[in-house]
Amino acid sequence: MSKKTDSNIYTILFAIAMVIIVGGLLAFTASALRPRIDNNERLEKQQNILYAMGVNANDESSAIFVSTDEAPELFSKYITKQLVIQGDDVTEDPEAYLIDVKKEQSSAKAGNKRRLPLFVGNKDGKTFYIAPIRGKGLWDAIWAYVAMDANMVVQGAYFDHKGETAGLGANIKQRYFMDDFIGENLMSNGSFKGITVAKGNNDPKNLEKNDNEVDAIAGATITGDGVSAMIKSELRQYVSYFKTLK
Amino acid sequence: MGLLSKKDAALIKDPLADNNPITIQVLGICSALAITAELEAAIVMSISVLFVLGIGNVVISLMRNIIPSKIRIIVQLIVVAALVIIVDQVLKAFAYELSKTLSVFVGLIITNCIIMGRFEAFALGNGPWRSFLDGIGNSLGYGVILIIVAFFRELLGAGTLLGFKVLGDPIEKTGVYAFGYENNGFMLLAPMALIVVGIIIWVQRSRNEALIED
Repeated sequence: MSKKTDSNIYTILFAIAMVIIVGGLLAFTASALRPRIDNNERLEKQQNILYAMGVNANDESSAIFVSTDEAPELFSKYITKQLVIQGDDVTEDPEAYLIDVKKEQSSAKAGNKRRLPLFVGNKDGKTFYIAPIRGKGLWDAIWAYVAMDANMVVQGAYFDHKGETAGLGANIKQRYFMDDFIGENLMSNGSFKGITVAKGNNDPKNLEKNDNEVDAIAGATITGDGVSAMIKSELRQYVSYFKTLK
Repeated sequence: MGLLSKKDAALIKDPLADNNPITIQVLGICSALAITAELEAAIVMSISVLFVLGIGNVVISLMRNIIPSKIRIIVQLIVVAALVIIVDQVLKAFAYELSKTLSVFVGLIITNCIIMGRFEAFALGNGPWRSFLDGIGNSLGYGVILIIVAFFRELLGAGTLLGFKVLGDPIEKTGVYAFGYENNGFMLLAPMALIVVGIIIWVQRSRNEALIED
């Protein structure tokens, strides 16, 4: 028995029709929703930056952003300057927070001079310098917003990831991991050392703030190594700017 | 079950026990490993699969008479991928917070063999209503195993359930930790998911010998 759906002509026509319909549908959804998604992403960046400098709605144990309605207003209130650092040139750019760190990294690889965004925030008379950084975890991209003072001592951090293992690497965005970074010094004896996510560092409560180490998450070794590497390679590039602050 | 005939009710009930997609059909093992380190992720994944498999089964079943058999697997893959991507985009636009929680699961759902398995084994040969019930039944059966595995892994591995420290604080040495109990970090690693699934299979087959294959 041969059905009409078995013929080659039918199969090819079906495949063509399917590709056109599904492709069109996906393209239509993507472009129709693009403005809303872009806006959501912009608000998220503002929320992330504010979170790192301590402007958030945290309760006792979970990380909670300021609401999306308030974010733009709080962002312009607390972020006093947005800088773009390119070698020795430092320029102000009110849209610096929209710089795509991923694109900058690949353009730097291609030999261009990288544009490094840095956000200067002021809260209760204290100045924060917040840098967006990006690296690789176990499965996919990880990124962070790190708030520092003028001496490169971490004042707050927000980590996020694209697809780390739920329950293991994904926990870099949990408070117990992020909060450990607060107070850690990125410098050691005047030179940049970074912060290592260390296993068995005998300091699980993270009382020691000058050891350039925080406690690792069990079962998330590669994600943790990715965090260490990201901090080292990315924040190092800001060192020369911080030296000019003194 | 006044609503469903006996045969239809079996579509829901069988996958929960004697025809469970994970322990009997051995489908969906990859995601059972990947996301059972904590209970919350397992629950989110179960609910997502419930939606995708329920709707996907209906769509495939409606298309079953026009799908050319030579390229049916590709067609199934496209249907499920398109479905998941559209839902993901809509969530990103209208429920951004929720979409961030779910985005990790998108890839896992598209490649979940339970979904392809049920399309192929059931929806291609049955009507939409029965396919819908089959989808619901199988995703419930999948969810039950996922949640059982995640319950033990999170409890024994991290000493928490849904993030709450039910056994006390391991660093402050309160609760059971005061008596020298330690979390078993090995439970958080993927091999232990296989071993827990193995134990469930063992228990299930020793209670119902009809399931044992020669």
